[in-house]
Amino acid sequence: MNTQRPVHTAPTFVHSVWLVANREIVARLRSKTFLISTAVLLMISLTSVVVGSIVAQNTSLPRVAVVGIAAQKVEQITTLNLIPADSVDEAEALVRDGSVDAALVPAVTETSPLGVSVIALSEPPATIMATLSVAPTVRLLEPPERDNRLAYLVALGFGLVFLMSSTTFGATISQSVVEEKQTRIVEILMSTIPVRALLAGKVVGNSVMAFVQIVAIGLLVSIGLAATGQNTLLSGIGPSIAWFAVFFAFGFVLLASLYAATASLVARQEDVGSATSPVLVLVMLPYLLVIFFNDNPAVLAVMSYVPFSAPVGMPMRIFLGAADWWEPLVSLVILLLTTAAVVALGSRVYAHALLRMGARVPLREALKRGR
Amino acid sequence: MLDIRDVNKSYGSRSVLTDVSFTVRNGRMTGFVGANGAGKTTTMRIILGVLMPDSGTVLVDGEPVTASDRRRFGYMPEERGLYPKMRLGEQLIYLARLHGLSPGSARANTRTLLERLGLHERAGDLVQALSLGNQQRAQIAAALVHDPEFLVLDEPFSGLDPIAVETVMTVLTDYAATGAPVLFSSHQLDIVERLCDDLVIIADGRIRAKGSREGLRERFSSPRFEIQFAGDTGWIGALPGITLLETAPGTAVFEAETDAASQIVLRQALDRGPVGSFSPQHPSLASIFKEAVR
Repeated sequence: MNTQRPVHTAPTFVHSVWLVANREIVARLRSKTFLISTAVLLMISLTSVVVGSIVAQNTSLPRVAVVGIAAQKVEQITTLNLIPADSVDEAEALVRDGSVDAALVPAVTETSPLGVSVIALSEPPATIMATLSVAPTVRLLEPPERDNRLAYLVALGFGLVFLMSSTTFGATISQSVVEEKQTRIVEILMSTIPVRALLAGKVVGNSVMAFVQIVAIGLLVSIGLAATGQNTLLSGIGPSIAWFAVFFAFGFVLLASLYAATASLVARQEDVGSATSPVLVLVMLPYLLVIFFNDNPAVLAVMSYVPFSAPVGMPMRIFLGAADWWEPLVSLVILLLTTAAVVALGSRVYAHALLRMGARVPLREALKRGR
Repeated sequence: MLDIRDVNKSYGSRSVLTDVSFTVRNGRMTGFVGANGAGKTTTMRIILGVLMPDSGTVLVDGEPVTASDRRRFGYMPEERGLYPKMRLGEQLIYLARLHGLSPGSARANTRTLLERLGLHERAGDLVQALSLGNQQRAQIAAALVHDPEFLVLDEPFSGLDPIAVETVMTVLTDYAATGAPVLFSSHQLDIVERLCDDLVIIADGRIRAKGSREGLRERFSSPRFEIQFAGDTGWIGALPGITLLETAPGTAVFEAETDAASQIVLRQALDRGPVGSFSPQHPSLASIFKEAVR
């Protein structure tokens, strides 16, 4: 060995964070579990868009058999899927076997103002009757922005993606924290770089991956909507998806710090689940709330400002047109401030609990103890 | 040079380290010896900044150690650990880069080190796929990969097979020869005895003895002699200034108050018959240790 040892300068804080984050990212990309779960999540998103478009085409246009002169009377109506039939008998047969919802046939009596009669199976077809009826104009004082079913589906989508991404990456970051603690490599890491850089690197690395996954889902859904011709829905939901991505990026940093801090309290992989369960509640709540209360403006308004539920609540309100332009910005500031506070608190717990092996470290002790 | 000065550490009311002070000199292998729970690991963690002392300081070349100094340390923790699911070579490169090495020199150091430790064919293996002995060598590599200027090794020889012990001993003495201070703890006193230049003995969180190996030997050696000759040995104990410690047919161990008294024993023995051997006895590290911690 030579007698001259080369002198190396210490990397900066940011560089250390980047090195740790980079390792996390490479480790994720090499993990089969991660690749498979991402592929599954992307498939589910794409499938739901495609299935949604098929369902939408089927349900929004009632199929109606038309016979002879009746066809001319209704040919301007675009909300009906018209299927020509040769005779009244054939039309009746189509109604009976269920291949059409109703049939329009030339009226037999002169009293019908439209000159057509409707044939249906067991009850008068409400949608078709409404289409054909002459109705007085209605002025709604508080018109609903979207129909409720669509709102529910969008709520379910945001809620589900938030829940799945958060729990997947939450579990990943907690496991990686405990892995370092359990294998004791953490001692080498702690003697090399500041504990805060280690925590920041893990949070950044996993958040980047979670964010990339969310953006990929958002893009795939948008492309899917465009490709299946659902442009109206796309222009309605596009801004919400963009805001969702922004809120998720910071909201996940918050969750990731909580996951890392709570995971650092235990020393064995078996204990990760119970240690991080309080965080899981914080992730589950917005999901359940948005599903049960997506038609309740008051609950949504509160949700859109509470940092933990804002990533779901605010995009939902934007989609419903219930949020003013400044509201997402204010909510984002609240989220950022909370994230900063939680990261500071989390890194304190993390630094204090990392070296304690054996039994679970009580949270109160981890918060106050010097190392 | 590494100075540990008046370090105290306690957990609650339990005092773990009390006024611990010692020096690790440049180019010297310093053995850190003590029973389990004596405070070796705590001291080393404090040196590395992994733990904070309640009071006291660690000095590097006379200056209080800083975070950037610590990146120049090589550390092998007592409880071994590397990422089990990461490839050995990549892991070493990662650790080197965390210490500030450029990607190029991180790769070069990893290659040479793995070759020296006989692990170069394992560079692409996951750490969990390595045998236990190879994992130990990998751990040594992790402590050395960033050209550290100080080495702190907690029980570097525990769990090593005899061949690996030799390899690691060579690597460490080579490192000390470059002028680096090397501190290592061990409970294998025979290895410490062969390897170390200086010795620090700790018990119950207090330093009981420290100094060069020879210095300690002298300090703890009593004037003991062993003599071998044919015939009865009982007469030795009757001489003035002599205490007979052990006798067996043909050999005796005794303590002499003065050198002159020991020479009288030799002369009288020669008068009685041929003497096979006559030698002063050096205390073994084990007996120094026992003496120091008593």
